[in-house]
Amino acid sequence: MSGKPKLHYTKGRGKMESIRWLLAAAGVEFEEEFIETKDDLEKLRNDGVLMFQQVPMVEIDGMKMVQTRAILSYIAAKYNLYGKDLKERAWIDMYVEGTTDLMGMIMFHPFQPAEAKEKNLALIIERATTRYFPVYEKALKDHGQDYLVGNKLSWADVHLLEAILMAEECKPDILSAFPLLQAFKGRTSNIPTIKKFLQPGSQRKPQTDEKFVALVRKIFNF
Amino acid sequence: MSGKPKLHYFNGRGRMEPIRWLLAAAGVEFEECFIEKKDDLLKLRKDGSLLFQQVPMVEIDGMKLAQTRAILNYIAGKYNLYGKDLKERALIDMYAEGMMDLNELLMSYPFQPADKKEQHLANALDKTTNRYFPVFEKVLKDHGQDFLVGNQFSKADVQLLEILLMAEEYKPDILAKFPLLQVIEQCCFGFVLQKFKARVSNIPTIKKFLQPGSQRKPLPEEKDVQKAWKIFH
Repeated sequence: MSGKPKLHYTKGRGKMESIRWLLAAAGVEFEEEFIETKDDLEKLRNDGVLMFQQVPMVEIDGMKMVQTRAILSYIAAKYNLYGKDLKERAWIDMYVEGTTDLMGMIMFHPFQPAEAKEKNLALIIERATTRYFPVYEKALKDHGQDYLVGNKLSWADVHLLEAILMAEECKPDILSAFPLLQAFKGRTSNIPTIKKFLQPGSQRKPQTDEKFVALVRKIFNF
Repeated sequence: MSGKPKLHYFNGRGRMEPIRWLLAAAGVEFEECFIEKKDDLLKLRKDGSLLFQQVPMVEIDGMKLAQTRAILNYIAGKYNLYGKDLKERALIDMYAEGMMDLNELLMSYPFQPADKKEQHLANALDKTTNRYFPVFEKVLKDHGQDFLVGNQFSKADVQLLEILLMAEEYKPDILAKFPLLQVIEQCCFGFVLQKFKARVSNIPTIKKFLQPGSQRKPLPEEKDVQKAWKIFH
């Protein structure tokens, strides 16, 4: 038993990716156990280790934590990435919910039926550039600080960087109208723990491809 | 300016209902500003009051809070309904997230197309009885305490009560006829939940909320569904 957090998920981004990002940003080493077949998932279920029969599941500090947000909140609080008081937490929570919604759209895009894909991609880009990015651009502009909340790196910043990179995979110049977000991206990517995570060979997972879509459909039955 | 939190939403349950429950359970009086037509929503957007152009939005302590979870977490934190330490928070969060998933399933039922309704409900009730209720039953059973986490009333208990009542609206006997997956205590499962429900409902603030005329909203009727659709699409 290593004492490191242990992540249970498929070998792809999905809902676990934000957790990988946050642990990496916090400088926390973690192990991964990959679900490769339906049987692997069934085994976890039969072992009674998945509270609601679902993954992500993270073994951490003697708990078998489930539910993405619960896991992220715990990690954020434990590693001082959740602001200094209730109001800062509220802002971090709000910002994170926004990036969660945006990344959720991007995450599900490869699973859309072929005929809906083009329209869905257009919607993602529209939402990113008219609903979400303007909010973060304005936040940075209003206080002129390097980080979204409380002049200190938080979960909100890590999550935003993840969302920006995912959005750029959809449209490489998606930040063209957002100079402060471009600067934010540059700065935040250079934070040593994050820089390390962005390098090849890290536990960051690649973009979802056809093969992964097929695997996920098979394991999770949809 | 009253100092009371002000809730912006349409006059129905939707995503604001858990917030109403939590405020009520915390004994906090609140005001509501109802969105009745699309123009009302557009005005809020134009005023710059909605962080991501969406409701729920709650004006509280000088902030215009958006995003259901952010709002719930703030209220829970402020009124000591979030456990005493990080691990209790983690448990509360896990249970609450499961409940929100179930809430989503049940809440979205009236909005399903007519030909999908029956199957949707069947699936929702299936998950209720097979995936979610067993978890909470077990938690209560394992520690034998009155509340889900830390022997203290929390946001998890409030959200559980809401979901128990909602499930019963769809299937009145859903607690009594619980198909148990575990061998032990099968016959006590529904009884423990019923006892639990009675305990929490007798908490004065919640009891007040359950009276007719309180701010708790009813199940949506067809006309409410149409109205909501018109505003949000």
